[in-house]
Amino acid sequence: MQNRLHFLGITLLAIFALIVTTVQAAPESKYVAITQIVEHPALDAVRKGVKDVLSEAGWNEGENLKWDYQSAQGATATASQIAKKFAGDNPDVIVAIATPSAQAVVSSARQTNIVFSAVTDPVGAKLVKAWDQPSKNVTGVSDLTPINLHLEFIKEVMPEAKSLGVIYNPGEANSVSLIKLVKQYGPAHKLKIVEAVSPKSADVQAAARSLLGKVDVIYLPTDNTVISAMEGIIKIAEQAKIPVFAGDTDSVKRGAVAALGFNYYQVGRQTGQVVASILNGKSPQDIPVQGIEKTELFVNPKAAVRMGITLDQKIIARAKEVIE
Amino acid sequence: MNSFAFFGAIETGFIFALVALAVFISFRILDFPDLTVDGSFPLGAAVAASMIVGDFHPLTATACACIAGAMAGAVTAWLNVKLKILHLLASILTMIALYSINLRIMDGPNKALLGVDTLLTPLDNLSFMPYYIAYPIAFGVFALLILALVIWFLQSEIGLAMRATGANPRMARANGVNTSRMVILGMAISNALVALAGALFAQSQGSADVTMGVGVIVIGLASVIGGEALLSTRTLFKWALACVLGSILYRMVIAFALNGEMLGLKAQDLNLITAVLVTLAIVAPGLKVKTKSKLSAILNAKAKQAQE
Repeated sequence: MQNRLHFLGITLLAIFALIVTTVQAAPESKYVAITQIVEHPALDAVRKGVKDVLSEAGWNEGENLKWDYQSAQGATATASQIAKKFAGDNPDVIVAIATPSAQAVVSSARQTNIVFSAVTDPVGAKLVKAWDQPSKNVTGVSDLTPINLHLEFIKEVMPEAKSLGVIYNPGEANSVSLIKLVKQYGPAHKLKIVEAVSPKSADVQAAARSLLGKVDVIYLPTDNTVISAMEGIIKIAEQAKIPVFAGDTDSVKRGAVAALGFNYYQVGRQTGQVVASILNGKSPQDIPVQGIEKTELFVNPKAAVRMGITLDQKIIARAKEVIE
Repeated sequence: MNSFAFFGAIETGFIFALVALAVFISFRILDFPDLTVDGSFPLGAAVAASMIVGDFHPLTATACACIAGAMAGAVTAWLNVKLKILHLLASILTMIALYSINLRIMDGPNKALLGVDTLLTPLDNLSFMPYYIAYPIAFGVFALLILALVIWFLQSEIGLAMRATGANPRMARANGVNTSRMVILGMAISNALVALAGALFAQSQGSADVTMGVGVIVIGLASVIGGEALLSTRTLFKWALACVLGSILYRMVIAFALNGEMLGLKAQDLNLITAVLVTLAIVAPGLKVKTKSKLSAILNAKAKQAQE
């Protein structure tokens, strides 16, 4: 009898333990699969950002998170096979980094939740219909230059500015789409946009001169042609006392007043938050596609003085880097 | 490996079987090491995707992709036979030129086909079969059809002249074969097949991308050589069939490599694993022959001893 009771007690305890462990482990454990077209510092930083956010939210690899990372190592056909493997593995979320990987996943995994990241033009890539219209299983974060934030910042530094000049090469597809955004957001910031085109690096100075007298401030988008010859613009702008703002932080070192840049680790963190909210039960179709939210400010106070403005101490204090 | 990954490997394998057949024609039949492939694959994808997005019928778009590929191959051959540029260099020249041309065709680095009607759309919602099984079957039927066409062609009069050109050009010329024309024709056919594969792949995976040609020639070669290890190359039929099987084998290898976590392997090891497996596939039959000949040598020696 004693033995029997003993046995019963142990069995009950075992069953209880089993229930407790399953109750604790089962609903918490999640499976995230991540596919990346190629190893690249920017894309690797995105992946790290996603993982860091998930671990801060309590999902740790090896404990309650199954983390399956695959890189196509540059081969599109492999990206497509990775997508199919993930479609069959049926994880809670597939994270797809960069356009080709995202397209492969969206075409293969039609039922699984998908979060793309570091895709510049998700609508053009046909991943979603519109930014505020994610598909039933697809949403994500774009790394498109945050033009709206840039214009907002220019107005913060120069509230009295009324007209903004942009210099770009119409042959660069990326620049054309950025200028489209500048024109779209300009009116909201009470800025009249004046365009100056420069099809070659040799035309950049002429383009800058054409803006003199017409604009209060010049904005240089991340245009390869213009940026490669930006010293010519800086010279003219300093003579005419027109401040030049840039779209990339590197240009600040080369004489622009300021730029709001972003880094890919932050893009990854933002992506991680989207993933976390889907793991918590939200549906992708309720999460609009996000643009870059966190930016890093680079300022060059001396360049500002040369172009006839003084940067507010408050703005300088906010900067991640002050170029001396 | 899950069923998605399995059928996906077969699907991709059948698409790249066309590349394997193309490489078979250029490398094996014509003896022409052709790297144009890395450019003509995305060329086919770019032409097909751009035309489909531009509201052409997918069939027309795919056909035009083939023609574009044929033109690319013909240019490489022309550089070689008419301008006397070394074949390898000629193909590299065409390949890098195609990079710019592909950017022009797509008006950017990427053309998306997601949600657009393609050749595969009718297979998406079959009542009796899920799309991930229907795709590989369709591609399989198509690849075998192309295989039959290639074999038929290589046994025709022109095909025989082409084989003679590759095997012994001087002899072929002595027999009245216009070898330059044969090289141009063969390269056109080869690259048309590659572009066709590119067009189909773009439609199956939802986009054309300017970078999608990277390493296609390696895949094609590995498929041909891997296939030759599987089947004998004694008859033309077996040899060409070997290319198709080699391509599927290659995709299976990758699918296995993707599941490498159980062996402690990581994502970045993929290319290495693939290289090792392909090397094994290439070397294995040689080893077999060697051990066989060694064995028979020993046996012969023993037999001699016994006789004495």
